[in-house]
Amino acid sequence: MRYKHFEAIEKRAGLLGVLTAVMVSLGGLAEITPLLIRAHSVTPPANVQPYDALRLAGKDVYVREGCYLCHSQMIRVLRFETQRYGEHSTADESIYDRPFQWGSKRTGPDLARIGGKYSDQWQRLHLLDPRSLVPESNMPAYPWLEKRQVDGLDVQARMRTLRRLGDPYTDEEIAVAPEAVAGKTEMDALVAYLQGLGLRSTASAEIAALQDDGADSETSGGAGTGAAP
Amino acid sequence: MKAVIQTPEAYDDHVIRLFLLAAAVWGIVGMSIGVLAATQLAWPALNFEVPWLTFSRIRANHTFGVIFAFGGSALMGSCYYVVQRTGHTRLALGKLALFTFWGWQLACVLAMATMPFGITQSKEYAEPEWFVDLLVAVVWVSFGTVFFATLARRRIRHIYVANWYYGAFIIAVGLLHIVNNLALPVSLTKSYPVYSGVVDAMVQWWYGHNAVAFFLTAGFLGMMYYFVPRQAQQPLWSYRFSIVNFWALISIYMWAGSHHLMYTALPDWVQSVGMAFSLVLLMPSLGSAANGLLTFNGAWDKLRTDPAVKFMVLALVFYAASTFEGSMLAIKSANSLSHYTDWTVAHVHSGAIGWVAMITIGSLYAMAPRALDRPAMHSKPAMELHFWLHTAGLLLYVASMWASGITAGLMWRATNPDGSLTYSFLASLIAIKPYYWIRAFGGLLILSGMVVMAWNLWHTAAMARAKLIKPILVPLPEHIPDPVEGQVPAPLPART
Repeated sequence: MRYKHFEAIEKRAGLLGVLTAVMVSLGGLAEITPLLIRAHSVTPPANVQPYDALRLAGKDVYVREGCYLCHSQMIRVLRFETQRYGEHSTADESIYDRPFQWGSKRTGPDLARIGGKYSDQWQRLHLLDPRSLVPESNMPAYPWLEKRQVDGLDVQARMRTLRRLGDPYTDEEIAVAPEAVAGKTEMDALVAYLQGLGLRSTASAEIAALQDDGADSETSGGAGTGAAP
Repeated sequence: MKAVIQTPEAYDDHVIRLFLLAAAVWGIVGMSIGVLAATQLAWPALNFEVPWLTFSRIRANHTFGVIFAFGGSALMGSCYYVVQRTGHTRLALGKLALFTFWGWQLACVLAMATMPFGITQSKEYAEPEWFVDLLVAVVWVSFGTVFFATLARRRIRHIYVANWYYGAFIIAVGLLHIVNNLALPVSLTKSYPVYSGVVDAMVQWWYGHNAVAFFLTAGFLGMMYYFVPRQAQQPLWSYRFSIVNFWALISIYMWAGSHHLMYTALPDWVQSVGMAFSLVLLMPSLGSAANGLLTFNGAWDKLRTDPAVKFMVLALVFYAASTFEGSMLAIKSANSLSHYTDWTVAHVHSGAIGWVAMITIGSLYAMAPRALDRPAMHSKPAMELHFWLHTAGLLLYVASMWASGITAGLMWRATNPDGSLTYSFLASLIAIKPYYWIRAFGGLLILSGMVVMAWNLWHTAAMARAKLIKPILVPLPEHIPDPVEGQVPAPLPART
């Protein structure tokens, strides 16, 4: 290689900057653009719906507390994973997750299919004092969740923002949001969120239907109205 | 000996001294939080049931504090130092440079003060909320402006290779930061990213992986390419090799982010592309490490006399080791074992404590006496002590996390002859608990090394604190004749 080819770039700061910007952009463009295009052309299956008000509040508590740092929500397509946690996770299940909650570390177990596996009471006690139920657990306790109320107007504002980003919330769903979370604590919201995890995918729809009777904290948010646009 | 003609212009070292101080302070802050977080995993009572002291909230403070506050301050300070010295020019836009210092510190303080109170986007390594992100973007653009403006007024025609890396680091990190943090605010304290689900995952790990590539690799390689030849007092082993590695590194790295999402719901082709590019990436990574190490050929005796060289050599060894490990973990079958376990934590820290922290510390020890108007660091025994504390801590940390990760990974996949799983999840947690204690102890050693460094820097800065410091004048460059066809011009001579 002739040195002069390098030299042309080496003496021009502007050219060096532009070429660098081009080179670093290629990889991202090649990998992200097709996903973006595909995401816009795919309509979510009817049984995957945006989070109702209470679960949305719960999901945001999960996000705020940083649960994703120790718990994944992504069962990989490996036999020992599906044996331990259940059916592998699919792309459409997380279509309404902003940000995504797949996680990168399992200091605690995966939660993608945790919904309905324990009672609401178990989840509550576990969040208040994990070691009262699992003595060897190293999970922190979250007692303050029970003392904080969910702010209805805040949830409403969040739903409006999500609608601007493309989530198909109806006017009615947004209007009744403060009512749906009235008197609920962050603990109620988080438990409702956890109990709904993994019950949304196509194959586990029947399981969800079977377990529906036990889910007292569920507000169904008008079945069908939130379906794909 | 040629007489060096001085210009009336002096190097702008004030902003560099500020960044040096900030790096020492943030290093201690970030690593202290790391030690607390590590201890909490071994002994959950240390969460104290206080929201802002809980592991899940302060973990982001540890990573942000070490990567962006400590690493960022060291990078920006060393960048300003290197671009002036290699260009024989004073920093352009001095006031803007000072703004980048205060702006960056404000962003760091805001981020560190809001994250434990739940004001977080919860995107790994990009946790601060939108208002901090905006400030970071403004500071970053200013940083780039100062850097390229200084490059434009250089008195040396060739742009020295360290500046290539600094330039790529500034451009790519700006790009990553803006694309990954696109979000719609709900209120001052909450926003939603514009991406969701699979797309968010891909964008996040494109960012996360390339923050490693450009913040933690390209930036610190810039540091390496200046301070290693400087401290070895020898020219770079191969200037041409470093240019080949540069273009290969910056164009390949950006493709490899999807290896963080193997066997997930991300489309298969993206996973395979990520794996392929991760393996190709071995070449420029090992090439840069080799180029740095071979620069010490003929100067290996400095390992006995100069603790800064010890830091640099071990940094390069760990750079080679952790990039090799990274490529291996990007192979799908290896990833199926290591992913979600502490092996990832081991890998990250062999890069962070081994490569990033050690090249930074080595460079700080090389740069500080010059920026602080002293012939040498205040105490050489303290530098030696720091080296051994850091190295012992690093080895304990990385070895315990390797053992923990492999143990957990093997236990998760173990099956009985009838096909059922052998261990519960809890059994794997119990098995790895002793390693958490070893890790915390290793972290404590590294932290005490940082305290020793801060003490040493404080005493080295005596002149600066007494405002007795003499500015260093910019030398006029010697005339360099046009290169003959095919000739590689010699790199900048080492200055004494």
